[in-house]
Amino acid sequence: MAEPAVLERPTGWAGRVITLAARQRELTLAGLIVVLAALVALQAPQLLSSSNLAQVTAQASIIGIAAVGQTLVILTRNVDLSVESTIGLVAFVVAEVLAQRMLEPAAAIAFGVGLGLVLGVANGVLVALLNVPSIVATLGTLSIYRGIDFLLAGGKQVTLTDLPPGYTDAARATVVGIPLFFLVAVAIIAAFAVILRQTTFGRQLYAVGSNPEAAAILGIRSRLIVFVAFALCGMLAGVAGVLWGIEFGTINATAATGVVLQVVAACVVGGVNIFGGSGTVVGAGLGALFLGFISNALILLRLSQFWLQAIYGIVILVAVSIDALVTRRLARSTTVRRSFVGAAAAGRARR
Amino acid sequence: MTAAVARLARWEILLGLVLLALLGVGQAMSAVFLTPRNVANLTAALIEVAIMALPLALIVIAGEIDLSVESMVGLACALLGFLWAAGVPLEAGIPIVLVVGALGGLLNGVLVTGFGLPSLVVTIGTLALFRGLALVVLGPQGVSGFPDAFTTFGFGTVPGTPIPWPALVFLPLAVILGVVLHATWIGRQIYAVGKNASAARFSGVRVLRLKLALFVLSGTIAALAGVILTARFASARADVGQGMTLTVVTVVLLGGVNIFGGRGTIPGVVLAALTLAVLGNVLRLGNVSAEIQSIAIGALLVVSVVIPNLAHQVQALYRRVRGGRHLPAGAVGTG
Amino acid sequence: MTHRSHRLVALGAAVALLAAACGSGGGSSPAASAPASEAPAGSAPASEVPAAGGPNVVFIPKAVNNPYFDAAAEGARKAADELGGQFTQIGSNNAVAAEQIPFIQDATTQGYDAIVVSATGADEVAPALKAAMDAGIKVVGYDSSPASGAYHVFVNQTDFSLIGGAMAQWACDLAPDCTGEIAILSATATATNQNAWIADMEDALKDPKFANLTLVETVYGDDDPQKSTTQAQGLLQKYPNLKVIVAPTTVGILAAAQVVKQAGVSDAVKVTGLGLPNDMKEFVKDGTTPKFGLWSVPDLGYLAYHVAAKLVAGEITGAEGETFTVPGLNDDQPYTIGPDSVVILGPPFEFTPENIDQFNF
Repeated sequence: MAEPAVLERPTGWAGRVITLAARQRELTLAGLIVVLAALVALQAPQLLSSSNLAQVTAQASIIGIAAVGQTLVILTRNVDLSVESTIGLVAFVVAEVLAQRMLEPAAAIAFGVGLGLVLGVANGVLVALLNVPSIVATLGTLSIYRGIDFLLAGGKQVTLTDLPPGYTDAARATVVGIPLFFLVAVAIIAAFAVILRQTTFGRQLYAVGSNPEAAAILGIRSRLIVFVAFALCGMLAGVAGVLWGIEFGTINATAATGVVLQVVAACVVGGVNIFGGSGTVVGAGLGALFLGFISNALILLRLSQFWLQAIYGIVILVAVSIDALVTRRLARSTTVRRSFVGAAAAGRARR
Repeated sequence: MTAAVARLARWEILLGLVLLALLGVGQAMSAVFLTPRNVANLTAALIEVAIMALPLALIVIAGEIDLSVESMVGLACALLGFLWAAGVPLEAGIPIVLVVGALGGLLNGVLVTGFGLPSLVVTIGTLALFRGLALVVLGPQGVSGFPDAFTTFGFGTVPGTPIPWPALVFLPLAVILGVVLHATWIGRQIYAVGKNASAARFSGVRVLRLKLALFVLSGTIAALAGVILTARFASARADVGQGMTLTVVTVVLLGGVNIFGGRGTIPGVVLAALTLAVLGNVLRLGNVSAEIQSIAIGALLVVSVVIPNLAHQVQALYRRVRGGRHLPAGAVGTG
Repeated sequence: MTHRSHRLVALGAAVALLAAACGSGGGSSPAASAPASEAPAGSAPASEVPAAGGPNVVFIPKAVNNPYFDAAAEGARKAADELGGQFTQIGSNNAVAAEQIPFIQDATTQGYDAIVVSATGADEVAPALKAAMDAGIKVVGYDSSPASGAYHVFVNQTDFSLIGGAMAQWACDLAPDCTGEIAILSATATATNQNAWIADMEDALKDPKFANLTLVETVYGDDDPQKSTTQAQGLLQKYPNLKVIVAPTTVGILAAAQVVKQAGVSDAVKVTGLGLPNDMKEFVKDGTTPKFGLWSVPDLGYLAYHVAAKLVAGEITGAEGETFTVPGLNDDQPYTIGPDSVVILGPPFEFTPENIDQFNF
């Protein structure tokens, strides 16, 4: 409210850039990734080698897929802190099932995704049905799912040699030169981008998050929407867990510990509003890619890994600050959209 | 107000009963359970968590959250080690560390109140930032060789009693914060802000300043917990405190503090800390595997919210069937 | 209606849950649900059930979910069976001092005869171990040493000074003409034993016969399979001419071998270091890791249990110069307790394609 002049119509050059950046969040982020990659490549040309790009995109794809699920949940004004335990549990169970030769790879993968869905459904039941605040519920399942993982795994670890020959080759497989993982992530992101924009469910998801009261008046069944968001988030974490197992080969009970930080960071950097109602899965995916490149750049530039955590923190804080600044500048139009257009055609809000 | 206090008091009584039941289980299970040494051990095991839970409770009651506390513990520990290794005496090092803690809290507070950012995201950011700074300050090595008086304070007990020295930090702090929250205008403002920030603002509460102060308090106390942990470990490392936030938040929520703000008490938090400490001790004495402990704590957290909600819903359904009024939307909160 | 009544139910449920949690520990701890007066053997403190023949010993590894410690526990269990003693292994899921210390303290109050511990941090666990010693409990360190003075005997897996030299030699053997770039993939940057070996190896590399080997970087994978994988991948990217990755950690060597194999560069880049034979069999055979080393981990647990038993029986006190024999180890020759009350299991063992199949741990 302090800057009424810019509120009316951002006429200045800077104002226009910021407005554009805000409206084209994904484009801005994509541009940033390119600039970052170019700057780092000047110092460390290996960044652009195909093997390095394959590695960066593989790991960013895993985080990105989990971030898509997290975005669905955050859009409804909730959060799922248990994703890392879901990823870890699914990764271990799938690896173990394969190591024991209990299922064929394809069946094991389907089983893993199904397990993720079940874990997500459990979260959904707690939050949507039993009214447990999502932060409490998923903090609880964060340690419960991890506990189950420990219980199943004990001191065991599944290694590359235990897995069916060729199973982990998928991590480095390419289709017309593009890494398979990246294609999987792109396909998932594209699918959910369409779902969010084109379907009733998608619009209702935005509506529930941006204005619960209006959503209720419009007859949207908020609980069902929230439940489905959690279920899908679990399922996507299951997909991420399967890929995790393929990527790393060695899986023990501590797999993916601490990953929730990266997943939430990817969403925040990608412009998903933690208060719900705005943000896109494309943004979250790009956020994951951006963070992946930063972490890769630190390794290639031979900078101390100790800086990584600090830089992560700064990136999150800067991203969220810029977001707030931009949102304030756009306050008027956004407010209008949110409260009126928001509930009805919320899918379009702030796209 | 009195009604609210009376209502909340029940949760504390019940927590107390759980605690008693656990003590009974412990006593029946192991002859060593109530020995002074065991009492000292189980108190010491969770003392830093309990200390950090006190200011966090105030923050949550005021409707915000601080997830960065564990990294502030690490930063305080690393900085104290760095200063000590550089020849700075503890008399100077500890105050410096506490000031850094306050500054860290100020950063959180300014980002939340000044920029209007969500505290969940801000403190996830500083969770990474403070840990990164800790690693940058101290690097890979550990620092030890602290004076005996300092490490005795961390590990020893008050002579002739089973009371660990750090408990003498916790108890006054709990009393002071309890009095502030429950018997002063500051406390009333914290509740008011948590229940309805805009209403509180219109009735003259300086919401932003209050929240800022709470974040500074949280940062300072987390740094203090880091100092105590350094003393108890007799060494400083940058990775100290990892994973602590989960336990601290669990203590606060189990203590009956509403995650959405506006409700909760200090006695509840103190009892919750004791309950978790005894629970961990009982499980360890019973050689229950660590996996089960992690599941039990997570389940306890969820169940403590699920059951009241379920009962509430059943009751609401019963009323509706009897032709009672519909519940207003959102009334089925967490309690 | 009041919210209270629901909270009441909640707490009731919480109590039930606790009871269930205690009860469900049944497998590992029947004592939890059994009357204290007749706690079954296996997990009962010695003070309640006097040990029949051997001592009641508790092993507290850094973390309980690590195959390395499971292998050591196997040997310890065997020793316990042979001596008629009891063996319990407890510990936390995460290798951090804050979680290990309460286990040490509670083992102390439970009155075990001996605590055998792998320290998460030498100084961090020292006060708790000293308190255990004050309470009359024998303390034995294994794998990772507590601070000197906080144990009666430390059972060292091998002469640490030999490891650095051995790793330098392996790197030399594996690099073509003993020439080229080598890198180290370590565990955590704070791990005392890792840092000591790396320092020794750097010293050894100063020897003129290694003059053509260049140590380009030491990176840290934190003993986490994922992080170790990322770091190993990073090494391949950063140093296209890298010849050997040396990983003195069982997690690191496995991750590095997998990365090298997956990248399809097993011919150009070799991996060596310290690893578990079961983990490495395939890589030894396919030429990714033609040789690496370790000590016999089950023997480490076996020896640690024997040392604990001898301390409890009063046969040794941990003083420098004392000698004792453990049947089946050290060619049945006596062990001598060295400076700082350290006993050394034996020299590091070199695994090769020829002998790897003889080992199963």
